[in-house]
Parts: sequence; structure tokens; C-alpha cells
Amino acid sequence: MIAPFFFYLFAIMTVLSGLMVIISRNPVHSVLFLILSFFNSAGLFVLLGAEFLAMLLVVVYVGAVAVLFLFVVMMLDINIDEMRQGFKQHMPLGLVVGLVLIVELMLVFNHDVSHTNVLAVEVTETRSNTAMIGDVLYTNYLLNFQVAGLILLVAMIGAIALTMRHREGVKRQSISLQNSRRRDETIAVVSVESHVAPNILEDSRAANKKLQ
Amino acid sequence: MADISLIHYLMVAAILFTLGAVGIFLNRKNVITILMCIELMLLAVNINLAAFSSYHGHITGQIFAMFILTVAAAEAAIGLAILVVYFRNRGSIAVEDINMMKG
Repeated sequence: MIAPFFFYLFAIMTVLSGLMVIISRNPVHSVLFLILSFFNSAGLFVLLGAEFLAMLLVVVYVGAVAVLFLFVVMMLDINIDEMRQGFKQHMPLGLVVGLVLIVELMLVFNHDVSHTNVLAVEVTETRSNTAMIGDVLYTNYLLNFQVAGLILLVAMIGAIALTMRHREGVKRQSISLQNSRRRDETIAVVSVESHVAPNILEDSRAANKKLQ
Repeated sequence: MADISLIHYLMVAAILFTLGAVGIFLNRKNVITILMCIELMLLAVNINLAAFSSYHGHITGQIFAMFILTVAAAEAAIGLAILVVYFRNRGSIAVEDINMMKG
């Protein structure tokens, strides 16, 4: 009887924190509720027997995506009150769309899915969830796996290329410029007569003229 | 409390998906919250996939949930990068000001 209790706990917490994501005034609070929602749905995944996916959700979403959101929310100087304009104005349309969507989904569930099918919450396999995912992922879905890696690479390069900027007036090391320097362009050999005080100014002027 | 069946998980996912859709309507001014609502909807899809995977006793649903997770992470990174660049150029992230392309 412990599994239903935890299911209802996680489900109610997920839905409530999802609700708080969309209605809280402060975007920082929204991100924190999003993190809570992800944690609770990770609990739901554990109840479903998808332990690896649950850990992945915590690591990827809470560890990376939510922190990224938090960084951006705190970095951008946004006006919270301005952001809230139109909340009341769009409320009726949003509620109507949401109501229609939820009613449709519930009708589908009532007709097509039998209520008597009970999920096998108890783990019956001898092999662990992670090992089974590895068995399938690296054999049948190898190409998809590689493409997923490619998507992440493209996203990484895209994010860097979008946010990188070169400001004027900032001294930077240019390695290609350094490597392309020639000896003739930078060094001038000046012959100096011995026992005679050299006219350094004249000589350096002549050398500069030669360089140019 | 009755036994937890597939329908319970599907209902949680449906409610979460609807919350994400309603959130996009409510927070029309705030791009960051819209991105978070998209994340919520993708999470609902993942719950559905994992529930059906468990229901059929087949691991493929979880594999595809992983791929969705990958794409969602990439999408969040690109979306936030675009947001940062836009804020740097315009000093605002209000959705209604984003009309430079006159689309």
C-alpha cells in the first residue's frame, strides 16, 4: 500500500508546482518551482520502474537546464510588473483553451484505456533498468544515439556562436597575427661605425623608412 | 486507495501538459516563462512515454524519453542564448516588441 501513497504524493506535488510555475509573479520563483516539479516527476519515474530516466531527469534538468534558466533570469534585468501586464486579459482565453484540452484528453482516457490494467510496479526483471537501456540503446538505436549527440554538439556551437561578441578597444592576443610576423618586418639591422658616436636618431629614422 | 494504473499516470501527464499550454497563454509577455512552460509540456510527454513503457513492459519508451530529454536540453540552451542576445541588442524581452522581421 506504500506505492499508491507515494504516487499521489508525487503526482499532487508535480501538478501543484507546475501550477505555481505559471502563476508565480517572480521568474526566479517560477524556476525554483520548475525544479520542484522535475524532482517530483523523477519520483514518478522511479515508481514506474524507470530509475535511469529519473536520475537523468535530476542530473540533466535540475543540474543543467534549471540552473541555466536561473542564470539567465538573474542576469537579465527585467521588470517584473511589466512582465505581468496582460495576465488578467489573457486569462479567459487561456482557461477556455486549457479546459477544452483537459476535457478532450479525459474523454479519450475514458473511452480507450481500460481501468483494470495495473502497472507492474514491482521490479520483476533480473537485469537492472540501466543495463536494459544500455542493451537497447547501443544496438538498435545506435544511429539515433549518434544523432542525439550531434544535436547537442550543434546546440553547443550555436549557443556559443550566438552569445560570443568582440568588443572594440579591448586588447586581445591574436595568435595568427603573432605567427604571421616575419623577421624582415620587425627587425632592422643598423651598421654602426666603431669609435664614432652613432647618430641614433638618424639611424633609426633610416631604418624605419627602410621598413616602410 | 485503489491500485495505481496506467490511467493515473496519463491523467497526471495530461494535467501537466494542459498547465504548460495555459501558461503560454497567461504569460504572453515573458519569454522565459514561456520557455519554462514548454519544458513542462515536454516533461508531460516524458511521463506518458515512461508510463506506456512500463505498461507494455518494453524499454523503447524510455529510450525515446531520453531522446526527448536531449532535444529539450538543446532547445533550452539555444532559446536562452537567443534571449540573451536579444536582450543585449534591445534591452527588453517583451514578446510584443519582437517584431523586427515584420512577420
